[in-house]
Amino acid sequence: MLLNASGCLDALTAPDVARSLDVFVTKTVTPLPREGNTPVRIAETDVGMLNSIGLANPGIDRFVTRSLPQLEKLGVPVWVSVGGFEADDYAEICSRLDDEAEVAAIELNVSCPNVEAPVENVTRIVAAARLATRKPLWAKLSPAVPDIGEVAKAAQTAGADGLSLVNTVRGLKLDARTLRPVLEPGQGGLSGPALKPIALAAVASCYRATAMPIVGMGGIQDGLDALEFIAAGAQHVALGTVLFADPDAPSRIRIELHAAASERGWNSSDDAYAIAHEESLSLRTT
Amino acid sequence: MRRELLSVVANEGVGPYTLLRVARGTLEPGLPGQFFMLEAPGRLLPRPMSLCFAPPGELAFLIDAIGPGTHALCALGAGDGLHVLGPLGNGFDLDVERPLLVGGGIGIAPLPYLAAALRGAPAVLGFRSDWHAEAARLVPNAQVCVEPQLVTELIPDGMDVLACGPEPMLEAVRRLAPQAQLAWEAPMACGYGACYGCAVEIDGELRRLCVEGPVLRAA
Repeated sequence: MLLNASGCLDALTAPDVARSLDVFVTKTVTPLPREGNTPVRIAETDVGMLNSIGLANPGIDRFVTRSLPQLEKLGVPVWVSVGGFEADDYAEICSRLDDEAEVAAIELNVSCPNVEAPVENVTRIVAAARLATRKPLWAKLSPAVPDIGEVAKAAQTAGADGLSLVNTVRGLKLDARTLRPVLEPGQGGLSGPALKPIALAAVASCYRATAMPIVGMGGIQDGLDALEFIAAGAQHVALGTVLFADPDAPSRIRIELHAAASERGWNSSDDAYAIAHEESLSLRTT
Repeated sequence: MRRELLSVVANEGVGPYTLLRVARGTLEPGLPGQFFMLEAPGRLLPRPMSLCFAPPGELAFLIDAIGPGTHALCALGAGDGLHVLGPLGNGFDLDVERPLLVGGGIGIAPLPYLAAALRGAPAVLGFRSDWHAEAARLVPNAQVCVEPQLVTELIPDGMDVLACGPEPMLEAVRRLAPQAQLAWEAPMACGYGACYGCAVEIDGELRRLCVEGPVLRAA
């Protein structure tokens, strides 16, 4: 399946882009409305982009009453990204979404990189969410932890059905003239091509640690990038920053992905699943 | 919303600025004040540019080379290709009785196309130097001033102001003409509502300029 990364597409302002995906993932929804951070919120770097949007969202009440009915009309399965500050926040939102038929799955944005004990934090949040909903739960993890495989195992044990890998990593850009941060809040989340090797490593580690279904994302620009994620152990891939530059990226990358698989003699890119973990390279050299 | 690979017709210097002319392909020019996202060669993100002119078969953008993306755009040559997405956002409301175009610096970019749509409406333009003021030749029927004189000193009462320029100029215009239509600028990654990067305060709330604007009523 091809998805968007949470926060990288508004299906209501760009419905055709959303329809070109297999699943639309919402921007993270929190219990209360959040206006988000004071601009400047984005900055390009030489190898990626930084954002500090600050989880701007209408809050769960307005999301359920206003956004969800409109999203349902798109005809694309919807995953809702859920965020909060405490495990109870996640549980509250998951419970609210449990009866909403149009929600196909919930992605738990448990990626806060400032958490000191990621394993305990993820366990607490996923377990609370698991008690609150029967929907499939995908835990979206940060790669900025000592051992992401351990965090993935904790998510699995606590009841997650899959993993979304990865969220952004913290970055800083300084204005060349003033040597002060370009982003108003200072630091931001780094996405784009710079993230790809970090994300691939996270996918490979979590695949080895858990064999759970994984949505791989981080710097995918073309079909070959997507194929690498599948080879590393992702069943599905999501597009993030590339959507900003190219709203036609989903259809383009589908074609490129199929071509990249065909060039290697496969009928489908699924044939590349987890192939990076096989010891022999004989398939590729004969 | 349409994205297409277009071909550069010419890149022409206008004072310190560059007028980038591209073959239009099947893209519509849209309304004055609407904008396009221009692929900046070698950069991750495209750059938002309002349309300056719509000559037959072409789209033309006035660019100030201030960073790596705009430098890359200004370095394009005839025959080079670039992806262009648009037109995007909301343009100026052309249903005005006594139009006056007000522009400052590179903010004059959308005014030639706007002037054509308003059949040569009068304009007042402000620049920081005589060199920058060379761009005034793109706008017909324009009165021009150079710092230290400010363009806001040239705005008579009772006009329907349509303005684009630096934020301090737009704030000053807003105080003088509460009914003015103002074209704002903000950093944008996508231009179509996806990134939430271009948030500005509208009616006391942070909202996306690319969706709500870039042209907004002053009051």
